[in-house]
Amino acid sequence: MDILLQQIINGLVLGSIYALVALGYTMVYGIMGLINFAHGEVVMIGALVALAVIRLLADSGLPGVVVALVGLGAAAPVCMAVGFTIERVAYRPLRRAPRLAPLITAIGVSIVLQNLAMLIWGRNYHAFPPILPTSQHEVFGATITSLQVAIVLIAALMMGGLMLLVQRTRLGRAMRATAENPAIAQLMGVDINRIISLTFVIGSALAAVAGLMVSANYSIAHYYMGFILGLKAFTAAVLGGIGKLGGAMLGGILLGLIESLGAGYIGDLTGGFLGSHYQDVFAFFVLICVLVFRPSGLVGEKAAERA
Amino acid sequence: MSFLDRLRHSRRAALGATLFLGLLLAALPFLVGNGLGNSWLRILDFALLYIMLALGLNIVVGFAGLLDLGYIAFYAVGAYLYALLASPHFGLHLPVWAIIPAGAALAGFFGILLGAPTLRLRGDYLAIVTLGFGEIVRIFLNNLNAPLNITNGPQGISGIDPIRLGGVSLARPMEFLGFTIPSLHGYYYLFLALALLIVFVTIRLEHSRIGRAWVAIREDEIAAKACGINTRNIKLLAFAMGASFGGVAGGLFAGFQAFVSPESFSLMESIMVLCMVVLGGMGHIPGVILGGILLTVLPEIFRHGAGPVQQMLFGKVLLDPEALRMLLFGLALIVVMLYRPAGLWPSPTRRREFRGDAR
Repeated sequence: MDILLQQIINGLVLGSIYALVALGYTMVYGIMGLINFAHGEVVMIGALVALAVIRLLADSGLPGVVVALVGLGAAAPVCMAVGFTIERVAYRPLRRAPRLAPLITAIGVSIVLQNLAMLIWGRNYHAFPPILPTSQHEVFGATITSLQVAIVLIAALMMGGLMLLVQRTRLGRAMRATAENPAIAQLMGVDINRIISLTFVIGSALAAVAGLMVSANYSIAHYYMGFILGLKAFTAAVLGGIGKLGGAMLGGILLGLIESLGAGYIGDLTGGFLGSHYQDVFAFFVLICVLVFRPSGLVGEKAAERA
Repeated sequence: MSFLDRLRHSRRAALGATLFLGLLLAALPFLVGNGLGNSWLRILDFALLYIMLALGLNIVVGFAGLLDLGYIAFYAVGAYLYALLASPHFGLHLPVWAIIPAGAALAGFFGILLGAPTLRLRGDYLAIVTLGFGEIVRIFLNNLNAPLNITNGPQGISGIDPIRLGGVSLARPMEFLGFTIPSLHGYYYLFLALALLIVFVTIRLEHSRIGRAWVAIREDEIAAKACGINTRNIKLLAFAMGASFGGVAGGLFAGFQAFVSPESFSLMESIMVLCMVVLGGMGHIPGVILGGILLTVLPEIFRHGAGPVQQMLFGKVLLDPEALRMLLFGLALIVVMLYRPAGLWPSPTRRREFRGDAR
């Protein structure tokens, strides 16, 4: 029982990080119908910038939470600038191009960012200094750290904020209109270039938060972390139904739960034949099964069969 | 009239060009081997393998329009089949002419295995499932060393038999009519022959009923169905055909390298092959070949250039050459796509479509 609960807690923490990153994918996809392959690298940049600042301030005597916030304050603008630049340089010129052309530039951007980070920060793993309070709480036999609580709460807060932004504000309405039909949105007076830029900027800000969370949670960051994280988050977005904000959140949480429960129980389920390193297989297997029965993801609408 | 048009219209010019190209391809290993050294000869051999892969993926992505991000799995299937059936690992040493077709068949079967559950998926949903499939295959290769040691896990399988043709091992220099042909040359000619075979098959496929059905599905699946095309079978056929080419290339890779490990079949490799197809010119065979050559050779040029050029300019190596090389490579991908969004050498129809004056 306590193992189950422990795995659920771990899954929720992992899942809320996935969900934050997945939102970045899904927002861009919803508006432009494009897989922003470089989004994972934005998370990586966010983690490394935040970490660099935090390491600089770690011995300054400031309280840990303040240091982390300053780190985030440095990382968020950098990520937003990176996201803005990516859209300008790699996607905007190709808006009318064949569908796969922006995918290749996205891969190019991803390679460039990864190696740029390697040039700046080196190949080594960077440890997250132990500045954050790590009190442990016992809940029905499982342990949860204050950091984990904070991650889940902040993620929920950010997601709620984004939902409000998209559903309730003028900007959100413009975003939804652009997603629906860019040409008509433009006729209604929406500056779609500005909206698309803003979408990238907002997604990148979420990525910066997620980056800080990942590096704090695993106490480590390195130039290659974005790739696998991006992959998982993208999977989560598709699992939920790409293009839908709610889908990204649901998919993220579900994927986190699937992974940690898979890691915990896959050995027992298969009589010890498959070990916990099959957790990714398990995750992808669930994804494939979901898509076989719901080809547009869990909450996605049936894709219009366009002529 | 452009050079290419002249070739199309004059039989003599075409014959001359074919002869010239044939001679060039035959002499290439000697030119490269003597001029640039053996490391470039190896790169040349790899370029041929990648051309086979790119042509296989081109069937799926370029002709049938199904975005596949896990293509390298089929390469892995072919490679591991060769490794298991011709190495000391299981003590089996089957001949190459038995393994390569078996590899093609098994990879084709895996292609159907991937294709069958994904028939209803479109576009990016298909992309993520194929990606997951590729990762699943890689993870299994990585972990199937316990409880039963099948793939030897992350260490991979080494000591794989070299490819033997008619009792002659390609791993050693061969005596032929008094000439000594080095091993890398032998592999070059074998790979070239198979690459040409694959090119021939692909060209014939492209203009067959099947090829036209693939293009019809790419352009509009519903319309294709309405025209009486059995989209299910034709899509499965695309997956199987493309995969079988990958299986052949994989088997050759295992024999050539004498070593396979899961590391060679990462997602990045799938992405690389996709880049070859798209950058070269999706669905256009010469373009895809160009893409395969370019993306194999370009990183190597950067690899050989990144260190020495810095040495020359600054007197010392300031930036990590490996990172710099990939950085330049990424930039090259972006720049090429920005300036030629339809690929470097798109098919004439596609180019017209792209200019917007199709129909």
